[in-house]
Amino acid sequence: MRIIIFMSLCLIGLLSKAQAQVYMTTTGLTQIFSETPMENISADNKVVSAALNTVTKEVAVRIQVIGFKFPNKLMEEHFNENYMETAKFPTSSFKGKIIDAIDFQKNGTYEVNIKGVLEIHGVKQEKTVKAKLQIGLGKIIIDAPFDVKLADFKVDVPKLVFEKIAEVISVKNHFILLPKIQ
Amino acid sequence: MKRCFLILGLWLYGTAMSFGQDDLLAELSNAQKDIPIYTIATFKSTRLVSGHSIETIAAKHLDFRISHRFGAINSGFNELFGLDQSTIRLGLEYGVSDRLTVGLGRSSYEKVYDYYAKYKLLRQSSGSQNIPVTITGLIAAYTTTQATMPTRQYFNNLERQSYCAQLLVARKFGEKLSLQVSPTVLHRNKSETPIDANTLYSMGMGGRFKLSRRTSLNVEYYYTLPAFSKADLGQDAQFTNALSIGFDIETGGHVFQLHLSNSKGMTERALIGQTTGQWSMGDIFYGFNISRVFSFDKQKNQHQ
Repeated sequence: MRIIIFMSLCLIGLLSKAQAQVYMTTTGLTQIFSETPMENISADNKVVSAALNTVTKEVAVRIQVIGFKFPNKLMEEHFNENYMETAKFPTSSFKGKIIDAIDFQKNGTYEVNIKGVLEIHGVKQEKTVKAKLQIGLGKIIIDAPFDVKLADFKVDVPKLVFEKIAEVISVKNHFILLPKIQ
Repeated sequence: MKRCFLILGLWLYGTAMSFGQDDLLAELSNAQKDIPIYTIATFKSTRLVSGHSIETIAAKHLDFRISHRFGAINSGFNELFGLDQSTIRLGLEYGVSDRLTVGLGRSSYEKVYDYYAKYKLLRQSSGSQNIPVTITGLIAAYTTTQATMPTRQYFNNLERQSYCAQLLVARKFGEKLSLQVSPTVLHRNKSETPIDANTLYSMGMGGRFKLSRRTSLNVEYYYTLPAFSKADLGQDAQFTNALSIGFDIETGGHVFQLHLSNSKGMTERALIGQTTGQWSMGDIFYGFNISRVFSFDKQKNQHQ
């Protein structure tokens, strides 16, 4: 009897191991938009990595800030040197958990909330992000737009350029996650 | 019982595996190689004060520069302490690629046209790739179009040409301090005076210290080497080494550079070859550069 209990426990253990699937990408896309009546500014970053654990429902995103490309190089320089201080804070990240029920075995589109900690410019903030998950064809596509208030992350914009840079930056994310090869 | 322990061990191993991956972020930083972080904004502008800095113009960007030098402060009240006189250089400088810049300028003093090409050979970087310095090479030529006159006679057009080659080496030490050395060779087909050497070897040195995020203090000094031997002709002794102190202010798209110098030169030809002022005598020239960079990068971001 004891053996059977242990056997079943062992099986559960092994099963959870087999299911512990991590989906991952290292070529995600993150875009930022600043819209003001004076000027619209946008930049793309293609060196974003993201991962999703379908068992623990954990999500992590890591962005190399230097990867943001602006059409105007002077803006890129100001972005890195004055606002994001990239040399001091080279990465931004998000680490959280899907708080809604989701069945990763079933294909389809899910609207879920991801609650976690967003770290930008060395400042950590609690954040709940609404995300759209498309599951199917062996991959998970995540679209997660959210807004970032610059003041929350201690990003100073001098008054001179205040009218050209929005106080709230919209961020769009598009990640195509594939199963990680163990 | 032994078997039970074995099974328990296996089970623990299994669960440990499934929970062992809980730090997804750490896993991500292992999965993606960090891209090198090239040091940006070693200097605010392509000029330290009057001489070149290692900075080049970004690809498809155009820098329009207006440089202005007033007369000497010791020229007295009648000249409003130098403000009555002015020399100007207008320049257009274009980034062919992120590393290569070509420029064209015209100085009012002696009606000189200048043309240059500047190439970033090595870029200081940190992160996955460590390079300690940025090295930029510069070649320039100058043509004076001033009419020949008794004090300055040109017998053919070749005599109106001058050439310059410069190697600019700089390092950004942290956020605030950047230092540069710039060994320079300047060749004039016609020297300034009969006792002046045609070819001058000069060592430029300078740096900037950031006072705030948008302002910096710059210093630049060009030391022209004496003649290698007694037989060689050195620089005519009436010419002095240029020492300049500048203050940069950066606003959105403009950089304003205000400075005091014993030289009125806005190109290497004038800076190294034609400086006569002395700080100790009060031959100090007030000047400024205004730089405005325009982007011609038509690449549109894909909005989804």
